Amino acid sequence: MEELDVEPAITNIPAASDGKHLGFAWGPGDILAYETLYKASSGAKGSGCSFIHEVRKDEDIYSPILRKLFNESHHIFVGLQTIKEDLPSKNKKPQFVSISKNYRSVIRACMEELQQVAVSTKDAKVAMQYGNQVSILLAIELIWNLAEVLFIDSAPAGSLLLHLLDWVRLHKADVDEKATEVLQSESPAEHKDYWDVVLSYVMQGRLEESRQMLVKQATLHPAPRSMYKLMDTLLSKMPFYNPGGNQTLTEYDVKWRHWHEEVDRCLQDNSFASNKHLEIICRILVGDEDTLLEHKELLGTWYHFLVTRLLFSHPTVQPTELHYYAQSCMTMFLDSRSVPEPLDNILLAAFEFDIHQVIKECSIALNNWWFVAHLTDLLDHCKLLQSHNVHFGSNLREFLLLEYASGLFTHHSLWQLAVDYFDHCPDLGRVYLELQIERVPLNTERKALKVLRICEQRQMSEQVRSICKIMAMRALKNNRLGSALSWSIRAKDAAFATLISERFLQDYCARGTFSDLDLIDNLGPAMLLSDRLTFLGKYREFHRLYGEKRFGEAAKLLLSLMTAKIAPRSFWMTLLTDALPLLEQKEVIFSAGQTYELMFCLEELTSSLSSVAPATDGTMQDEDIEQTKVELLRLALARNLAMAIVKEGTVST
Amino acid sequence: MESVNAKYVSQKISKTRWRPVSHSTLQQPDIFATGSWDNEDNKISFWSIGNPGSSSLDDGFEGDPQLLCEHKHDGDVLDLQFLDQDKIVTTSSTGAVTIFRHHQNSQTISVSQRCSPEIVTVGEDGRIVVFRADQEGVVRVIENADSSTIHAVTYLRTTEILTVNSIGQLKLWDFRQQSNSPSQILSLSGDRVPLHCVDRHPNQQHIVATGGQDGMLCVWDIRQGSAPFSLMEAHSAEMWEVHFHPSNPDHLFTCSEDGSLLHWETSAQSDMPSFLQGGRNNSMISRSAMAPAGGNQSLISAWLSGDSSKGRVETTHMLPSQTLSVNSLDVLGQCLVCGTDGEAIFVNRQVPV
Repeated sequence: MEELDVEPAITNIPAASDGKHLGFAWGPGDILAYETLYKASSGAKGSGCSFIHEVRKDEDIYSPILRKLFNESHHIFVGLQTIKEDLPSKNKKPQFVSISKNYRSVIRACMEELQQVAVSTKDAKVAMQYGNQVSILLAIELIWNLAEVLFIDSAPAGSLLLHLLDWVRLHKADVDEKATEVLQSESPAEHKDYWDVVLSYVMQGRLEESRQMLVKQATLHPAPRSMYKLMDTLLSKMPFYNPGGNQTLTEYDVKWRHWHEEVDRCLQDNSFASNKHLEIICRILVGDEDTLLEHKELLGTWYHFLVTRLLFSHPTVQPTELHYYAQSCMTMFLDSRSVPEPLDNILLAAFEFDIHQVIKECSIALNNWWFVAHLTDLLDHCKLLQSHNVHFGSNLREFLLLEYASGLFTHHSLWQLAVDYFDHCPDLGRVYLELQIERVPLNTERKALKVLRICEQRQMSEQVRSICKIMAMRALKNNRLGSALSWSIRAKDAAFATLISERFLQDYCARGTFSDLDLIDNLGPAMLLSDRLTFLGKYREFHRLYGEKRFGEAAKLLLSLMTAKIAPRSFWMTLLTDALPLLEQKEVIFSAGQTYELMFCLEELTSSLSSVAPATDGTMQDEDIEQTKVELLRLALARNLAMAIVKEGTVST
Repeated sequence: MESVNAKYVSQKISKTRWRPVSHSTLQQPDIFATGSWDNEDNKISFWSIGNPGSSSLDDGFEGDPQLLCEHKHDGDVLDLQFLDQDKIVTTSSTGAVTIFRHHQNSQTISVSQRCSPEIVTVGEDGRIVVFRADQEGVVRVIENADSSTIHAVTYLRTTEILTVNSIGQLKLWDFRQQSNSPSQILSLSGDRVPLHCVDRHPNQQHIVATGGQDGMLCVWDIRQGSAPFSLMEAHSAEMWEVHFHPSNPDHLFTCSEDGSLLHWETSAQSDMPSFLQGGRNNSMISRSAMAPAGGNQSLISAWLSGDSSKGRVETTHMLPSQTLSVNSLDVLGQCLVCGTDGEAIFVNRQVPV
């Protein structure tokens, strides 16, 4: 047994009484638990409990707002799979980046909606639940964004820092809120949060905005104007790397160092000594870590600290150097807390470019495979995952997709999405689908039709047969013979069609008329599905011909039914009895040859009947009736034969 | 298509219908109702797409449908129709027929449909049941009307209905007759493919379009022949709904399990009234006997022009590809709404009709 990564979480089942033993059974997505006795001893009778508890791991798929996430991401997923393979991966990068942004915007939209509901609801429990979901989604989006920057976009040095700056700005939205608050007050420069806002702008590299804020202060205190002017100059001259321009990284580096030295000189000269705020800003610009650490609450997180530090001390950082800085920043920032949170570990693993560790940690931390499945799939398309085989066969991407889709299948409604996920797992997807699709409950015909369509499109003939059989049996039980027949036609199930025809024939024997004439009259080519069905159709045709008084054709048909052995032996008596009225007509309908054949059939029938031992509980009356019938038939056949011979022997003038 | 947006609604949509607008105003419809299926708690919901024409944003497309109100519904919503401005009737997979009133969402039992205050319902049990709006209870039941499932029904005239079933037959029933058998049966020769939907031409009651399991669109002329007039390959999977455009019947819309929504446009070759064109349309009407319903409509609908070289049928896809099954659509004026199994609603306000 392998070592566990984390201790398993304990879930209490509140409704179960204390001290009772619980039995359990695994389901596809949940566990059923029930109270039981430990040993099934014969005498013991415990108090029974009639409850079964269902323990569900993943509550999220039942949340109505999160459902939108699943549906929209499914759409994006299917679009991603169908990107053409002819371009080399490098040219597809912008496409992948835009798909990644699509996923992220879906997450954001969901988050906003959840936030709205969490704020507006009056139910504290719901508010807390939604609040938790919002924070989880925030974390997910943060990780995804970082993955996009580092792995998918894989920016080189120079642009890397710019992307990281964007990343941090996106996830620290409270700066803008504070700024608006400050600006809307009557005297912004004297607001208590004024300097916080300025510092936050500087730390996020938003120097334009910080300059605009500083102007307000400058106008308020005209005396130290030269200081403000100097600060303004420093802020405006900070060089930012322009990826589209024709400046190389080295040139930029030189320019930046130049500026850095200038700032350092100002610091050494004590130019800002009289104003402590400006002094702080200057220290930050120089990249002084201690000053940054003094403003931990403004930074909020260690990764913000990391990016700010890099911005002001090493803006040309290479991707491969990131993890040194990340590790050290995290240690410096978190020294008051002992254990880093799971999110911190995940981000650290990302900075170390250890994709597998990121995925592994996320899988452990989250209760739902949605995030890891989609992210891994995208990274796999970018060809970033080496084939890393998990112990359970199939590669990592497929494993995660299968797990996610299996979870979806347990949902009463989202199972349709899972089908597409299984389709895109080349190794085991089909097998999973075959097993799961049969277990979808089929309440209405419409649902059965949709499930059937899924199976037929993938040539899963076994499943088609079994589903059609279920529906046909159901229809048969409700006496809907036509429906049952149409289901068996769809499955091309000859055996069932035979069964249904037998039912029709039994009905006929019992009642003397056919039910469901509209069905039998209009069978068309489906008649050929089974022999019994063909017989039914032809027999009905015989009745029709008889009704239309086309006796000659009717007679021929009747005979062919027996001689071509389409009719089951058990029905021959009925057929012969049907022939009686034809034999008794004034006109000769059956020719001599046909009469001989009829007689032959009768003999065959009676000989086989007599060879079978009579049933012990057959009443005497039945036997008498049979006997009378046979005698009548013999008589009629003989008479017909006579008339036929005479007629055929007569020369007509 | 720029003017089509998806709104994700966390429920699989089985039916959508526009609320009817009064004929006197030329307003575009702005409220539609949807019904869900395959949920543990199904719902009917009313949505608004805002007031078109009130703002002049790009092409008049302002944004997502907004939920007005919703109500719980027992069982899957299998069909949904507006009775008038605020009442809808729904049929459920539990076999119940319910009427809901908008803005109050109360339930009253009564039934009504379209031209007359009478509702006819059909189902998997093969019975045809007729209710009346104002009285409680059932007016007429045709037991064992069909041995297979009847999938859809439509009124041809006030006393005649047309049903389609799962062995590929169209049956015409006349309520003036007391017998329980159809007055006419039409079917495709060949394979008995189940038919899922039927719609009648709004002006010419003898023209009917059906869609079936194999995705074929058939146009029938009820008055003659027992076979369809034309067969067109439409979709690669079941066709769930077919609709003639109510005011512009040269346009037809179909939606299907394969996730596509097609807009069919037929055009006759010239605008001359057809009785002046000589005998080119060999089928059809004794023109003298048939009086046009009003105005200058062409006597022969372009749908029934048998020669494909003389009349054209153009088809356009109206949705981005790769959606799950489109279960339902409705079109009124220039607005089209449809609902899918991907839990999305698409609204298009710029349908070129």
